[in-house]
Order: sequence, then C-alpha cells, then structure tokens
Amino acid sequence: MADTTVQSAPVAGSSSRPSALKKFFLHNLSAKVAAIPMVATVLVVFIGCTIWTIYYSFTNSKLLPTGKFVGFDQYERLFATSRWNVSVINLLMYGAMSLVLTLGLGFLLAVLMDQKIRFESAFRTIMLYPFALSFIVTGLVWQWIMNPTLGLQGTMRNLGWTNFTFDWIANPRMVLFALLIAGLWQGVGFCMVLMLAGLRGVDEEIWKAARVDGIPTWRTYISVVLPMMRGVLVTAVVLIGSGIVRLYDLVVALTNGGPGISSEVPAKYVYNYMFSGGNIGQGLAAATMMLLTVLIIMVPWAYLEFGGKGRK
Amino acid sequence: MQPSVSIKDLSLNFGNVKVLDRLNLDIAQGEFIVLLGPSGCGKSTLLNCIAGLLDVSDGQIFINGKNVTWEEPKDRGIGMVFQSYALYPQMTVERNLSFGLRVAGMPKDEINRRVARAAEILQIQPLLNRKPANLSGGQRQRVAIGRALVRDVDVFLFDEPLSNLDAKLRSDLRVEIKRLHARLKNTMIYVTHDQIEALTLADRIAIMKNGVIQQLADPHTIYNKPVNLYVAGFIGSPSMNFISGSLDGATFTADDGTKIPVGAYDFAAQRTGASKAVLGVRPEHILLGDAAQGMPFQTQAEIEIVEPMGSETLAWTKVAGIPVTFRCSSDIPLHAGDKVTVGFDIARGSLFDAKSENRL
Repeated sequence: MADTTVQSAPVAGSSSRPSALKKFFLHNLSAKVAAIPMVATVLVVFIGCTIWTIYYSFTNSKLLPTGKFVGFDQYERLFATSRWNVSVINLLMYGAMSLVLTLGLGFLLAVLMDQKIRFESAFRTIMLYPFALSFIVTGLVWQWIMNPTLGLQGTMRNLGWTNFTFDWIANPRMVLFALLIAGLWQGVGFCMVLMLAGLRGVDEEIWKAARVDGIPTWRTYISVVLPMMRGVLVTAVVLIGSGIVRLYDLVVALTNGGPGISSEVPAKYVYNYMFSGGNIGQGLAAATMMLLTVLIIMVPWAYLEFGGKGRK
Repeated sequence: MQPSVSIKDLSLNFGNVKVLDRLNLDIAQGEFIVLLGPSGCGKSTLLNCIAGLLDVSDGQIFINGKNVTWEEPKDRGIGMVFQSYALYPQMTVERNLSFGLRVAGMPKDEINRRVARAAEILQIQPLLNRKPANLSGGQRQRVAIGRALVRDVDVFLFDEPLSNLDAKLRSDLRVEIKRLHARLKNTMIYVTHDQIEALTLADRIAIMKNGVIQQLADPHTIYNKPVNLYVAGFIGSPSMNFISGSLDGATFTADDGTKIPVGAYDFAAQRTGASKAVLGVRPEHILLGDAAQGMPFQTQAEIEIVEPMGSETLAWTKVAGIPVTFRCSSDIPLHAGDKVTVGFDIARGSLFDAKSENRL
C-alpha cells in the first residue's frame, strides 16, 4: 500500500496538466452530457439568432436575407414610420397600465381570497380559468362581447337602454382600454394565484404579533407582508413584463391593430414586415429595437439584483 | 388584592370539538404561571384566548379587573412572545421594537425612551440597526421579548418561547427570563411542554390535559404531591415508578403478591376496606444499601441495566415483577447483574385509586 502511493505521486505530479483537463471533463460527466442540448440551444437559438438578427437589420434584405449592408438606413426609416411610433407609444401605455393594474388587482384579489372565505378553491379555479385559454380565444371572445352591434352594447340597446354606449373597440381613443380589459381578464387570475401563494407563505404568528401590536390589517399587509413577498413580486413582474413585451396574439384576435393603426404594437409590426410585408431588413431593425429596450430595462435591474450579493 | 388575570368558566369549541371546557383560573399580580401539558392539551389555545387572538365560545376573561372578553388584543394590556419569534423580517431591530408604537401615534421621544429602556434591559443595544436575518436565535427571541416590553403592559404572554432554540441557549435564556421577571415583577403566563422550564420558572404550574386543568400548584407540590396518575406520570424524568395492586388498611399488595406496608404514607382522607390502587414511587425515593435499612419496605433486586449520567446513576431493576427505575449517587459502583437491597421511601411516595386515578 505504502509503496504504491509513493510511486503514484510523482506520476500524477509530472502529468498534472492533462489530468486536470481530464478531471474538468470527467467530473460530473453525466450532468455535463445532459446539459449539452440546452447549452447548444442557448448558443445557437438565443445568442446565434440574436447576432443574426442584429446583423441583417443593417442590410436592405427584402424577401430573403440576402441584401447588402446599408448602415442605419433601416432604423432611420423605422423611426420615420408613424405606424412604428404609434406601436411604441401603445405598448408603453398598455404596458404601464397592465403592469400596475395586474399587480394591484392580483394582490387585492389575493388578499380577499386570504380572508378564510368559503369555497375558496372554487373561486381560485374560476379566477385562474382565463389563464388556461390562449390569447386568440380571449381576443375572440372579447371581440364578440365588445362588438357594438352584436355584443354588450347591442344587447343593452335591444333591452331598451337605447342610449347605452360601449364601443371602445371601435373608438381609436379607447381601443387600448379594450385591449387592457381583455388582457387583465386573462392575466389577473394568475397574478392572484402567485400572490396568494406568497401570502400563505407568511407565518401565522407574524399576523398574531401584528394584532397584539395593534397594527391595522391593511397596514400589516402593506408594511409587513408585502415586503416579505419580495420574491413573489419579482416573479410576477418578470412574467407580466415578458407577456407585455411580446403582446401580439391578443391584438390580432381582438382588433387586428385597428381601427386604423390605433392599436398596433411592436411585435405585430415585426411580424407583418418579416412575413407578409416582405421586408426582412425593416422587421429585423424593429426586432432589434425591442431587444435593446428590454436590455436597457433588464441589465441595470439584474445588476442591482444579483450584483450586490453581500448586501442582501 | 384583585387578581391580575381572571378566567371564569371559559369554554372554546371548534365545531363539536371541545378544546377548553369551563376553565377557571385566577392569576395574582406579579405571578409567574406556567401552563404545562403535551401538545394538543389546549394550553396554547388558552393563551391565545387570553391574548384575544381567538374568540371564546363561552365564559369571561378579566385583566386587572376589566372584562376584556371581547376586546381587541392591543387594548388588553398584554405583550406576547411567540415560538417562531414572529419578528417583522424587513425591518431593523429598532423598527421592530417601535413599529407598534409608531402606528399608535405615540410621540417620538417617548418611543425612543421606551426602545432605549427595553434595549438596555435585554442588552440588545448593539443590534438595534440589524435586521432579524442577521441575528442568532437567542438574539431574535430577545428582540421579540423587547417588542413586548416596549408596550409597557402589565401581563406578558409567552407561547413556547424557547422551543426553537438549542439546549444550551435554552437554559441561558431561561435564566434570563427568570431574571427579567424578578426585575419587572410583571404577571407572566408562560406556555411550554418542557417540564424543566415549568419547574424552574413557575411560581405556580397549571398542568393541562384535554382542555382541563388537572392540577394548579407550586412546583414543589406538583412534584411531590401530584393529585392524580396523569400528573404523576407527566412530571419527572425518568418518570415515577407505578406498581399496581390493592390496598387494604395499611398494607399494599402488589399484583404478584408482594406485600408493601404503607403505614408511613400520609393519606389525604381516612379510609377503610380494600380497593384497587396504584403505588407510585419516584426514582430518587428508592434507596440502596444502608440507606434502605430504615425504610418500611425492603427487597432484594437484581440490576438489569445501569445508565451513568455523570452526577448520578440510573439503574433499572424489577420489583414485584414490574420494571422499576431508581436513581443513586454515581459514587456507588453498580453493574448489571448485581444483587442489591432496595428500600422504598413510602412516606414520600404517592398512592392513587386505580379507578378514579386520584390521589388517596
């Protein structure tokens, strides 16, 4: 035993470089093999396609990605197009309202659910049900409901309220709110379930302590419970945010960008130029602008969240 | 003097389950009461009722002569300390202590004065700017006590405050709570399932079972004169030895026929005739060798197992066919298989009626 150790030591020492490399590859080998598909996906799809997208946004490609390099021409054209500018403003307004209202209503509903009510699981299912539908179905259903002649307005007028007006979907100034209603109907339930899970994670004794301290219930929710739910809030914001940025199918099903261009959104702009407009260069320039916007928001946040680990 | 806390005919039902059943308890000013019992006996429920965190089904609760049965917890003049500390995790220690007072709209300098006093009493001044996550278990529990302290109340409620701590910290903090009580002289009601905490801290212990107080007495009485079999078996570690048999006059006959004279026992009431009974003897009241000579009952026994505990030795043997534990000084050399003479100190034993399980 002693002899073999003594002998093997110099061997290992002399070939330390290859053995370290070997160790790097062989350590947890099965885990590394299992990770290869995902690593490849990330490299090719996420990073590769992003680079491809950015590269061809600087070309004058039309139907096929074959055009020649034209610098920032596509971007100049992009920001000179009123349809794009309307899309960006629409998304900003829809996004701000949707984020605030989904979080707010979701939290409010979760708080109501948390009051030890009867049939809680039934209500939870009802609230969560819209989330199981696709945006296309949601859009179509709300299109019927909000259709001035067939939907709510028509029904109410037929019932005798002839002055009843609910034509947001056909009104360029109000159509964003029509989108918002359908979006909230779909998204609030999910947000509520997330928040409810967060609320349930709060120790019963915290509530008792707050009652003994004489802190009103609403104050306990805001000052004690909400700060404790930070993780859930971050999750909810990320999920809602990504849903807002890629907003597309709801618009297509509900308004198809209309009336006119009053409910256009960037994702729809990208899709239309790439696949039906036959202008890949322009579509990719728009897509790159969307990516840039997301990065501008995400990078500082990620830096704050994960950079200062020691301070938490 | 009027009692600090007075509970009259308190009942609490969850549906058909009676958690507390017409319970009465008077607690004097400045008294340290421990509610002791196994989990599910209703001791925490009783504490929550006193705190106002649970609505009672029937009965009344008075604190300092005021009927508080339907008052909010904050208006009852109580402070409470919880097992899980229940500190507000996103606030500093200072905010944790002052939050309730701030919400109540108390003037700033009064808040500062109270926080400073609590921090001084509990010696947590260096921790005031930290968050609970950066505190040890013992420090967190101190902050939790501080939060009760700043409320400047007459009655402190403790709900198993030491159960989440390790053994060493637990005994340290136990002494600290005792010191705190000696300094503040507040009424304290303390719930625990740990009999050592109960025996060391309490002025009086209330032993509970199934929502009923079995015995309410000072620790010495509880330990030496348990009122029934349940209390006798619950208190003491290792627990009391029980020998069942029958009692006729001053002679106790064990089930295997061994006769034990119990003339030295101090019966609660004069009694005649024979009846089934249980004799209980604590391990330290079974004596060995020379000391056994003077005892009214002696017998030969063979040691089965010896457990040296350092300061003392526990030995397992059989008397009257029943396994019996006794405790002796670790100076006496004992080995498994040894034949020894053991004597029962009957005068300090307990006799229970086999049927009613009450002390005779």
